[in-house]
Amino acid sequence: MLLRFFLMGLDRKAGIVLAILAFLAVVVPAMTLWVPADSPFHLSIFTVSLLGKYLCFALLALALDLVWGYCGILSLGHAAFFALGGYAMGMYLMRQIGPRGVYGNPLLPDFMVFLNWKELPWYWLGFDHFWFAALMVLVVPGALAFAFGWFAFRSRVTGVYLSIITQALTFALLLAFFRNDMGFGGNNGLTDFKDILGYDIQADTTRVALFVATVAALALSYMIASGVIGSKLGKVLVALRDAESRVRFMGYDTESYKLFAWTLSACMAGVAGALYVPQVGIINPSEFAPASSIEAVIWVAVGGRGTLAGAILGAVLVNMGKSYFTGALPELWLFALGGLFVAVTLFLPKGLLGLGAQLKAKLPGRKASTLPNAQPADQKGA
Amino acid sequence: MRRALRWLMAVCVVAATSTAAFAADLRPLVQALGSGGYSGTEKALAQLSEAGDPAAVPAIEALQAGDLYVRKADGTVVVARKAGDAFTLTDPLTRAALGEAPAGAVEKIRINNSLRRAISASLGALTLMSPDAGVRRSAADAVFKSRDASALETLSAAIAKEQDKGVRAAMEQARAAILLTGEAASKMTDADIQSATDTLTARGDRDALVLLNMVAGSGASDVTKKLAAAAVSTLEQKLAFWAALQNLWYGLSLGSVLLLAAIGLAVTFGVMGVINMAHGEMVMIGAYTTFLVQEFFRAHAPGLFDLSILVALPAAFLVSGGVGIVIERSVIRWLYGRPLETLLATWGLSLALQQAVRSIFGPTNREVGAPSWMSGAFELGGLTITYGRLWIVVFAFAVFAALLVALKRTWFGLSIRAVTQNRPMANAMGIRTARVDALTFGLGSGIAGLAGVALSQIDNVSPNLGQGYILDSFMVVVFGGVGNLWGTLVGALTLGTMNKFLEPYAGAVLGKILVLIFIILFIQRRPRGLFALKGRAVEA
Amino acid sequence: MSAESTLLYLDGVSVSFDGFKALNSLSLVMMPGEMRAIIGPNGAGKTTMMDVITGKTRPDTGTILFEGDTDLTRLREAAIANLGIGRKFQRPTVFEPHTVWDNLELALKAPRRPLKTLTYAISRDDRSRIEEILDITRLSALRSRQAGSLSHGQKQWLEIGMLLAQDPKLLLVDEPVAGMTDAETEQTAELLCSIAGKHSVIVVEHDMSFVRALGVKVTVLAEGSVLAEGSLDAVSANSQVIDTYLGR
Repeated sequence: MLLRFFLMGLDRKAGIVLAILAFLAVVVPAMTLWVPADSPFHLSIFTVSLLGKYLCFALLALALDLVWGYCGILSLGHAAFFALGGYAMGMYLMRQIGPRGVYGNPLLPDFMVFLNWKELPWYWLGFDHFWFAALMVLVVPGALAFAFGWFAFRSRVTGVYLSIITQALTFALLLAFFRNDMGFGGNNGLTDFKDILGYDIQADTTRVALFVATVAALALSYMIASGVIGSKLGKVLVALRDAESRVRFMGYDTESYKLFAWTLSACMAGVAGALYVPQVGIINPSEFAPASSIEAVIWVAVGGRGTLAGAILGAVLVNMGKSYFTGALPELWLFALGGLFVAVTLFLPKGLLGLGAQLKAKLPGRKASTLPNAQPADQKGA
Repeated sequence: MRRALRWLMAVCVVAATSTAAFAADLRPLVQALGSGGYSGTEKALAQLSEAGDPAAVPAIEALQAGDLYVRKADGTVVVARKAGDAFTLTDPLTRAALGEAPAGAVEKIRINNSLRRAISASLGALTLMSPDAGVRRSAADAVFKSRDASALETLSAAIAKEQDKGVRAAMEQARAAILLTGEAASKMTDADIQSATDTLTARGDRDALVLLNMVAGSGASDVTKKLAAAAVSTLEQKLAFWAALQNLWYGLSLGSVLLLAAIGLAVTFGVMGVINMAHGEMVMIGAYTTFLVQEFFRAHAPGLFDLSILVALPAAFLVSGGVGIVIERSVIRWLYGRPLETLLATWGLSLALQQAVRSIFGPTNREVGAPSWMSGAFELGGLTITYGRLWIVVFAFAVFAALLVALKRTWFGLSIRAVTQNRPMANAMGIRTARVDALTFGLGSGIAGLAGVALSQIDNVSPNLGQGYILDSFMVVVFGGVGNLWGTLVGALTLGTMNKFLEPYAGAVLGKILVLIFIILFIQRRPRGLFALKGRAVEA
Repeated sequence: MSAESTLLYLDGVSVSFDGFKALNSLSLVMMPGEMRAIIGPNGAGKTTMMDVITGKTRPDTGTILFEGDTDLTRLREAAIANLGIGRKFQRPTVFEPHTVWDNLELALKAPRRPLKTLTYAISRDDRSRIEEILDITRLSALRSRQAGSLSHGQKQWLEIGMLLAQDPKLLLVDEPVAGMTDAETEQTAELLCSIAGKHSVIVVEHDMSFVRALGVKVTVLAEGSVLAEGSLDAVSANSQVIDTYLGR
């Protein structure tokens, strides 16, 4: 049955995406580890980590696209789930440091010793086991999303209102994680990691392995997402995105559908965060900043919402642009990003992947309605 | 005790210089301090006290501190302080420098325990008897703090003589403090104890509370303890009342800041339904306009600096409003009816505006000064109110009222309401809807600019200024109910007050988190805010 | 009248919005298999009546019972729909990005829980049922077309088809022929008549010739309550109805 579920989502587009990911999973390790360093085909370990980071963002974008593109829920707080997954992984990595910290305390992480704490808070228990941390990577963002969504969807908070309270959610978490007495390292967050599963986190092979794990997670999430979208449940999601009350009058409990997609999406975002942390070596409260959530939205918008593949493409392209700009022209990066927001919403409403369809629609002279008076479908449910 | 005296000394220095003219009459008495051994000193001291001239205070203090010496060469009494091997000499009355003397050239005027008591009493008496009401008051306060039983007699004498009501009250409080804490308490009648506790209750501040608490928990008699305990509870209620009032004021103050920030949004988001994430940047632009206006005044008319804020208000309104209109015409009008896209596009604009300001003015904070009429503070009962905050409260309400009038009573307001309620019909009736859209958005942005002028007075003027307010503003508008100006007012004040009342218990950050959680839960219960519009139009 | 044998029973239902009484002590009874036309001027409360039956609006006072014993005022929209009450809106709302076939598949009577739909695979019976409805609604040739690309009339038909696929006991149909050509109107009337009997139908309509074509009992609403009830000819002759609605 599971196999059938995955096959359901497989079409030509999915095939291309999975093929590209498989190609990356093979070629990147080969070019890094086995191609000699002086060869033009050699990839530096720095590049591998950078690519890994992009793919973590791609996974976050994929998660966001699932709710925005297919349920019409514009989350401005998805970075919160990403960061929570990251913190869960960070806590495991902190516990792996053991007595190798600056203070040499075998039980407590450095920042707790610094705060004069005597014992590990209860919510840190269990994080010395990888399986437990891995479970928490899914459970913590998932549970938060479930609780938040259960309240929000049941009371029919939709549209912009929902977006604003998701932003309030991530902002509240940002403030909370900045506090030292929360026990998550406050301002500095968690860093100075040493090992993961017993392997040196700085070693080239570990980094390549993390990259491959990221590719695998992205591929698996893509298959799950397209499986969901291809199922009848996915059709209900799209239907409720455009005409929620109509779906309700057909007897579907739309709240539980949204809750399903929302929670699934939060879990994916958590996984993305968990893979991100060992590759960049740090997690701190700034990941919760409202701006990072909104930035993730633009990745999806650039690639094309409601396409899954577009989310991945958008995340990688925008972040490549960001790496370039912040390195070469740091002054201009915010102008570029700001301009991108405006340009995409004005000129590329369907994103890069929708560009073809958009052009096709324009050719027969059927100009898209851009009158201020137009009352498109969005507002009906709002 | 020692600190209290040192404090007295400081007060008296001021008094002494002001009464230097009398110094001549005191000279023989001061001179007498240095002759006749202990008894001679004591006699001279008594005469100094009787003379009642506070100018003698520095001399007596020097005596107390062991700094009063006799110069052997001519028998003059001097204040001598050791500097290296020698002493520097000063005149005890005029404080004029009298040069240096080797250690052998001066002789200390020695004091014993009986003299020490006499000195304290005399010091207290002199300052309590000072002709300057301010000095007497300070002296009374000092005695209140020190609760020095030896001052009791002088204090009673001073109270009998005192004409000034306020000073007498302070003296009575000091006496009550001494009576209740000292040995005298055991000998007092119940009525006296009662009146003493009443006096302290009437004082009504935290010091009185500490004192009464001490008495209630001390080894005093049961009656005293009971009365003190009763006074403590009365006082605690009173203090709690003022604390609550102070919190209310802080809440009102924060609420009016929120109101200022949100009121423009109530126009763009509430009335027009446009999600303007660059709203905070309109506030920021208003603040930078204030900075530019002030720079201009500093450079060209420093004498008129106090008026700079008044010029900055229309300037900020026009600049922010103008930027708003440009944004509306160039971006937002293509996105009407697509709220989520509007949100993203305006977010992009906010990033670009921040970076633009950062490129022009630099990333650091810019200095915006306060005009003199906005500095300082005053007391109102148990409240401390700063003029700056007071003006912001007044200003916020004024802007609110002006907007209300503009929307309800003017042709422009009528057009805005017509366009938002029924666009095609307004169009058909000849209202130029596109122009009304642009002007409405300009109005909202201009009001944000006004908020920027006010916020520049209490916040750092930096490119990130607006970011701090955008989420709060949305919370206020959504909490109050979109499309309802009164809702925005109530929302802002409620959230402001709630924040300030939570702060003492939960701390500032946790308080803010709690407020956010409250709003998140509130929106779930009432998705359309406090003052939701009801009816078919909304249901559809 | 006792509520037991009825399909739908409304008694003393009132709804007000900010002082405006949209429904004013409305009472209405539908028997199983019955078809009813509801007419009335704008603002008479026709749409609000459908809203309270389907759970979109909660009545301030009054009783609404389905099949004699289920209190509809306590249930949410989805639960009411699953009891067997289907609704067609005034403006046709089909799921535009989906194909005609998918629209019908979504509407088709089947388990509605998320986990059931996640693992749903179409059965032979379901397939033939959809084919049948495509036939009835004359959309067979358009089955793979996106619903968004259909004409207005085709959308109306698709929506009626979706209602059929839901297989409800009671259909609420709001202005089904608005914007239809005369021929389409006639076909729609035939279709609705063929449905009645198996299902109960409430039709809200302004088009008098359509109501006449249906040839069923008519209820006239005005200012939120029932003004008259009876055959079309009888209510047309009613002087009150003429004053408030039909005009002289």
